[in-house]
Amino acid sequence: MSNSKLTRRGLIKTGAVAGAAGLTLPTYLRADAHAGYLNAPQGDTVTLGFNVPQSGPYADEGADELRAYELAVEHLNGGGDGGMMNTFTSKALQGNGILGKKVEYVTGDTQTKSDAARASAKSMIEKDGAVMITGGSSSGVAVAVQALCQEAGVIFMAGLTHSNDTTGKDKRANGFRHFFNSYMSGAALAPVLKNAYGSDRKAYHLTADYNWGYTTEEAVKSSTEAMGWETVNAVKTPLTQTDFSSYIAPVLQSGADVLVLNHYGGNMVNSLTNAVQFGLRDKQVNGKNFEIIVPLYSRLMAKGAGANVKGIFGSTNWHWSLTDEGSKAFVQSFGTKYGFPPSQAAHTCYVQALLYADACERAGTFNPCGVVEALEGFEFDGMGNGKTLYRADDHQCFKDVLVVKGKENPTSEFDLLEIVEVTPVEQVTYAPDHPQFAGGSLGTCNPGA
Amino acid sequence: MGLTKKDFTLLIIVAILCVFAPFILNPFPEGSAMAQFNAGYPDLMQRLVIFGIFAIGFNILFGLTGYLSFGHAAFLGVGSYAAIWMMKLLTMNVIPAIVISVLVAGLFSLLVGWISLRRSGIYFSILTLAFAQMSYALAYSVLTPITGGETGLQPKYTDPRILDGALEPGQTPRANLFGLDMKQSFELTMGDWVFTFNAGYYVAAVIMLVAFYLSIRIFRSPFGMMLRAVKSNQQRLNYTGLNSKPYTLAAFVISGMYAGLAGGLLVAMDTQVGAERMFWTASGEVVLMTILGGAGTLIGPVLGAGFIKYFENIVSKINKSILEQWFAFMPDGIEDLLITLVYPFIGKGWHLTLGILFMLVVIFLPGGLVEGGQRVGRLFKRKKPADDKPDGKTTPAE
Repeated sequence: MSNSKLTRRGLIKTGAVAGAAGLTLPTYLRADAHAGYLNAPQGDTVTLGFNVPQSGPYADEGADELRAYELAVEHLNGGGDGGMMNTFTSKALQGNGILGKKVEYVTGDTQTKSDAARASAKSMIEKDGAVMITGGSSSGVAVAVQALCQEAGVIFMAGLTHSNDTTGKDKRANGFRHFFNSYMSGAALAPVLKNAYGSDRKAYHLTADYNWGYTTEEAVKSSTEAMGWETVNAVKTPLTQTDFSSYIAPVLQSGADVLVLNHYGGNMVNSLTNAVQFGLRDKQVNGKNFEIIVPLYSRLMAKGAGANVKGIFGSTNWHWSLTDEGSKAFVQSFGTKYGFPPSQAAHTCYVQALLYADACERAGTFNPCGVVEALEGFEFDGMGNGKTLYRADDHQCFKDVLVVKGKENPTSEFDLLEIVEVTPVEQVTYAPDHPQFAGGSLGTCNPGA
Repeated sequence: MGLTKKDFTLLIIVAILCVFAPFILNPFPEGSAMAQFNAGYPDLMQRLVIFGIFAIGFNILFGLTGYLSFGHAAFLGVGSYAAIWMMKLLTMNVIPAIVISVLVAGLFSLLVGWISLRRSGIYFSILTLAFAQMSYALAYSVLTPITGGETGLQPKYTDPRILDGALEPGQTPRANLFGLDMKQSFELTMGDWVFTFNAGYYVAAVIMLVAFYLSIRIFRSPFGMMLRAVKSNQQRLNYTGLNSKPYTLAAFVISGMYAGLAGGLLVAMDTQVGAERMFWTASGEVVLMTILGGAGTLIGPVLGAGFIKYFENIVSKINKSILEQWFAFMPDGIEDLLITLVYPFIGKGWHLTLGILFMLVVIFLPGGLVEGGQRVGRLFKRKKPADDKPDGKTTPAE
C-alpha cells in the first residue's frame, strides 16, 4: 500500500467503529429457535417447498407434479372438491390448512441436476422457511435432496424416484418415498411374464448406464432368473445416447428371445422405437415370438413412443384408469381443474403432500421428529393403491403394483396403457435387509434446531 | 502489499462488499412483496463468492492469454471429488479437503493442458471440451464405484474418517473448520429486516479475497505481461525466439487450480458432489460469467458470476402465483395480460431472461458489466469534474 491514502490505522479505526455499531444494535434470535425445530411456521401460514424439474429432460413430469401440488394445496386449504381427502381413511385433515395454518408454497427448478436441486432446496429452507421439501423426478436428485433435508432438519417427501437406493443404501430418517421401486417392478413383472411368455426364455438387457439402470437391471434379472429365465447378456448404454441401432443389432445374433429395456424417459422412447423399427417384434427366435419388456412405464413415455408400445409389458405405480374410489376422486378433481387425466408422477406427488399434511395433523406438530413418528408404520387406504403401509424400517410405501401393457386400440392420447394385473402387495414385499437394499441406515430424525 | 493505489482501493472495495454482503444482498424487509428478490441467505452468498473464485481463475487463462477453455468445469468437478474423498477418509475439517482439491485439480489440469495446449484457437477449445465431457462420462457411469455415478457422493457416518474418530450411529457428519460448523449462522433482526451471518460464507469470502489478491498480483506481474503478449500476438512472440508454451501451461494450471479451489469450497459448504458439475453446460457457464462481467478485467468475472447465480436462484423461483400477487391491484384484463407477458421470462424461463440480457450486454457493452459501470462512472464524473476519486468497482484492469 505504498502510495495509498487509506492507511492501516485509518482502516482499523473505521472497522472498529463499524463493529461497535453492529454490536450495539438490538439483536435477538428468531422465535423459531425456541420452537425446538427448524423453520417452525410463524403466524397463520405454513410454507412447503415444491422442488420439481421445470427444465431439462423431465420437464413434462415436473410440470405435472407441480399441477398436482397446486391441487393438493387447494384441497388442503378447503378449496375445490377435496379430491382424495374424502376417500382417505385417515380423517385428520379438516380442509382448514395444516393444524389450522393456511398452506402456502414456494417452487423451484431442480433441472434434474443434483447440484441445482440442492441449491434450490437450500434456498427454500434458508430463505423461504419451508418446513418440508417434496418433488423431483430422478433418483439422483432424490438421494441428493434427501441427504440435504436430513442435514438441515426438514422433512423430505420424495416424488418420482424408482431406484432401490432411495430407500436402500441411501435412506435417511427425514426422507419418505411413496413411489414403488426397481425391486417391486421386477417382482411384479416376473409372474405376468411367466404366464405370457413361458418360463424358458433367454433375456438380453439394455441398461441405461447410471444408478437407476443398475438397480432395475439387477431387480429384473434376479426375479426373472428365479422363474427359470436365462440372462444372455446385459449391455450398458450411455445416458445421452439417442440412436440405439448399434446396440439393437447384436441382440439378434445373441440367440436371445426377449429384450429388456432398462431405460426411462427419452432413452426408452428412442430405444423402443429403434427396436421396433429393426423388426424385432416380428422375429421368431428359438421357435418363439421375440418380445420386448420395459420395466418402468409412464404415460408420458408411452405417448412419446406412440404406436410402438402396443402389447409391450411394463410396470407402473398408478394409472388413471383405476376404478377405486380414491383414484376416481383424484382423476375427477384433476381433470376438472386441468382438463386431462393426471400422470403417475402427479399422483405420487399429490399423495405425498396429503400424507405429510395428515401426519402433521396426527402428530399435532410440524416438528420433523413428530412427523417421522406419525408416518412410520402408518397404514392407510383410499389413495388409489389399495391398502398401503409406510414401513418404519426404511420409509418405503408397500402397496399393490400395476403391471400394464401398451394398449392395442387406444381411444385417446391419454388412453395408451391398459392394466394387465394388479400385483398384490405381499408379492412385492421384501425384507428391509434384502441384498438389493443393504448398506444403508436411516439414522435418527433431525429437527434442525 | 505490492499493489498500486488503484488496485488496493479495488481490493478494499471488494473486501467491504464481502463483509457487508449479508446487508447489501438483503435490502428488502422480511415478508414484503420485494423479499422475493433478497439474496442474502447463506447458500446463495456462498455460491456467489465460490463461483466468483471460479470465474477469477478462468479469467487468468481466458482474459490474459485469450485461450478459450471449454472444459473448466472438469477441474471444478475433480476438485470436488478430491475434497469429498478427503472428508470421507480423513476428516470433516475443510482445510485438508480444500488443499487436496487444489492439488488434484492442478495435476489434472497439468495433464489436460499439456495435451490441449499443443493447439490453439478453436482446436484448443474443442480439445478441452472433449476432455471435460470425457471426465463427465467417466464420473457419471464408468467410475461409479469412485464417484457414486448419478447419485453422487455424500459423507456418511459409516465412513472411516481416520482423524475424526467414529461418530455415533445416526449422526450426520458436518463440515467444520476446527470445530466451527460451516452451516452455523447468526441471525440479526432489525425491525422487519433479518440479516444472516453464516460461518461458511465468511470462510469462503476470505478465501475469495486471497484469490482475488493473487489474481491482481498475477495481472500486474511480468508473468502477466507475458500472458498478454501471448494474447496479442503469439506468432510474433514465437518468432522472437521465445517459447510461449511454459507460460500458457502455467496460466492453464493456475486457472485449473482456482477451479479446483472453487470445487473444494463447494464441497466444504455443501457436502455433496454430483457428476453434473462437470457437464459441458457448467463449463459454458463460467465462460458466460467472464464475458458478461468483462473478460480481462479484474472485477468483471466476479460481477458476472454474481449476476448469473443471482438469476439462477432468484428469478427461477418466481412462479405464477407470485406474479398474481404482484399484479393483483390492476384491473382483471390488464392483470391477465401482464401475467401472460411476463410469465415466459420467470420460473423455468430464467434461461430466456438471462439469454436476452447476455445478448444485450454483448451487443451494447462489449466490455461487459465493467464497461457499463465505466460509462455510468464517466457520466457521473462529467457532472462533477472536481471529484477525481477512482471508482474502484469500475476500474478496468488494462
